[in-house]
Amino acid sequence: MTGEAMHILEVQNLTKTFKKVTAVDHVSFQVQEGELFGLLGPNGAGKTTTMRMLTTLLKPDSGSASVAGFDVIKSRNEVRSGIGMVFQEPALDRQLTGRENLDFHGRMYGMKKEQRKSRIREVLDLVELSDRTDDLVETYSGGMQRRLEIARGLMHFPKVLFLDEPTLGLDAQTRRKIWEYIRRMNLEHRTTMILTTHYMEEADGLCGRVGIMDKGRIVALDTPKNLKDLIGADVVTLEMESGESGTFRDLAFVRDLVEHGNRVSLMVENGERKIPLLIAHAAKHGIEVSSVELHKPSLEDVFLRFTGATMRDREAGDSEQRRMPPPWGRRR
Amino acid sequence: MISISGQAVYMLWLREMKRTWRAKSRMIGALIMPLFFLVFMGSGFRRATLPGMPEGVDYITFLIPGAIGMSLLFSSMFGGLQVLWDKEFGFLKEIMVTPVSRLSIVLGRMAGGSTISLLQGILILLLSTFFGFRIHSLTGLLVAFAFMLLIAFTFIGLGLSFASRMKDMHGFQLVMNFVVFPIFFLSGALYPVQGLPAVLKPLVYLDPLTYGVDGLRAGLLGSSAHPPLLDFTVLAAICAGMVTLGSVFFETSDVGQ
Repeated sequence: MTGEAMHILEVQNLTKTFKKVTAVDHVSFQVQEGELFGLLGPNGAGKTTTMRMLTTLLKPDSGSASVAGFDVIKSRNEVRSGIGMVFQEPALDRQLTGRENLDFHGRMYGMKKEQRKSRIREVLDLVELSDRTDDLVETYSGGMQRRLEIARGLMHFPKVLFLDEPTLGLDAQTRRKIWEYIRRMNLEHRTTMILTTHYMEEADGLCGRVGIMDKGRIVALDTPKNLKDLIGADVVTLEMESGESGTFRDLAFVRDLVEHGNRVSLMVENGERKIPLLIAHAAKHGIEVSSVELHKPSLEDVFLRFTGATMRDREAGDSEQRRMPPPWGRRR
Repeated sequence: MISISGQAVYMLWLREMKRTWRAKSRMIGALIMPLFFLVFMGSGFRRATLPGMPEGVDYITFLIPGAIGMSLLFSSMFGGLQVLWDKEFGFLKEIMVTPVSRLSIVLGRMAGGSTISLLQGILILLLSTFFGFRIHSLTGLLVAFAFMLLIAFTFIGLGLSFASRMKDMHGFQLVMNFVVFPIFFLSGALYPVQGLPAVLKPLVYLDPLTYGVDGLRAGLLGSSAHPPLLDFTVLAAICAGMVTLGSVFFETSDVGQ
């Protein structure tokens, strides 16, 4: 496997079906060492299931994956030693202090006492929790718990750190802080990071490459810039009361068009100059437009283009999806 | 190759100790029920002599090994079912994603749970000296400790089996009502099982705690319904079975979805 050795993560046709729902459907991708890779998609797209298979917590139905050179089915223990995992739901012992949680983790990974001591100081420093080291975790805020979990994920020097929705349910300020830690760990320590998210600004701003997931499949995979370049120009979204949106295809300057609900998104250059033309065209064809919106392309538009739905539509429409875990609530 | 990591077993044990120490009130609360039985039933039935009770032993003395068995039964089942709490609070996933073998995790839990149970049993034994209980031989005491250990491991194994097959904590009360209480009442902890109707006899002899309580009586009172060696052999066999069952169920359980 010398030729593939540069890939720290290698996923081939990974598939998992729960009852009748195919949660992950022949997913394949590779990640190189040191990359910050993101899986973007709505809830229920199969991101967490993919991650659970990559971290050996769930057996795939078919397909294969290797992490840090080890097969996730045949060499579970070797994979486990090489990775760190930050779960979507809290996974801390709240009756222990921050230090004790980290010490527990270090021992489970067979770290020596001196090494544990210095590493605990290091990782707590990184997430700025040094002053709360010896407080019980139940006294931590949601954001602090998340930071502690990130510190714990790094504690044993993993080759790959998996983060499942690392900023789910956190406020904007805490979220920005977490992004900063993730970026720093990736840059300074060259830790390969795989994260899942359904926040497109998170995937866009943080990840070097992004795989867009929908209904268990990866529909597009590239750098955020390249993905957005696929859209090319600006996106004008018209909300229509009536009329046939297909007629917009007749306009030469409309590069692409996606209908979703009573809206239509049009990819055009210099969008602000095209709006009057679009309105005029609508009037001529008896289309009643109730609102107009213009924006630069985002990953949301990429998702829309590849799936024909917005991420919000998907989350609202798929009622059979596995339920969302409660956000960072305090449960007792 | 199954490997056991001593450090992980120790860590899991240490965690259990720390958590228990921080919830001291719960541990003391767990002692209350066996003590109530001792105080109220013991004094209420003070003058009672039931067929099957050893000669020259009053009811409260007869009851003391039963109360110890009871405290061990409840705390050990609870110890095994602790997995449900870890599931509920997500910590089980943190344990499961580590490179530690499942066997080490089971052993760590057994070590932690049995320590707590044993401590409770010893506390009841100490408190029972206030009711006039006297230890008459060191050998007897050691025999009693051996039975305490066996009872603890048996029911941690059973608790672990249930916890591994349950999705969440909803079934906890059911297990308590339909498994733990029958085990307790059928064991002869409160009365000599000779008095029970014949239809219940098979259940009595299926109940692991029957042998445990009888063994404790052998050690602490010096007299028992069955030869202590028989009690020990049967209970040890059940214990080995339960521990194996608990480990297998735990190892094959899926950690939530």
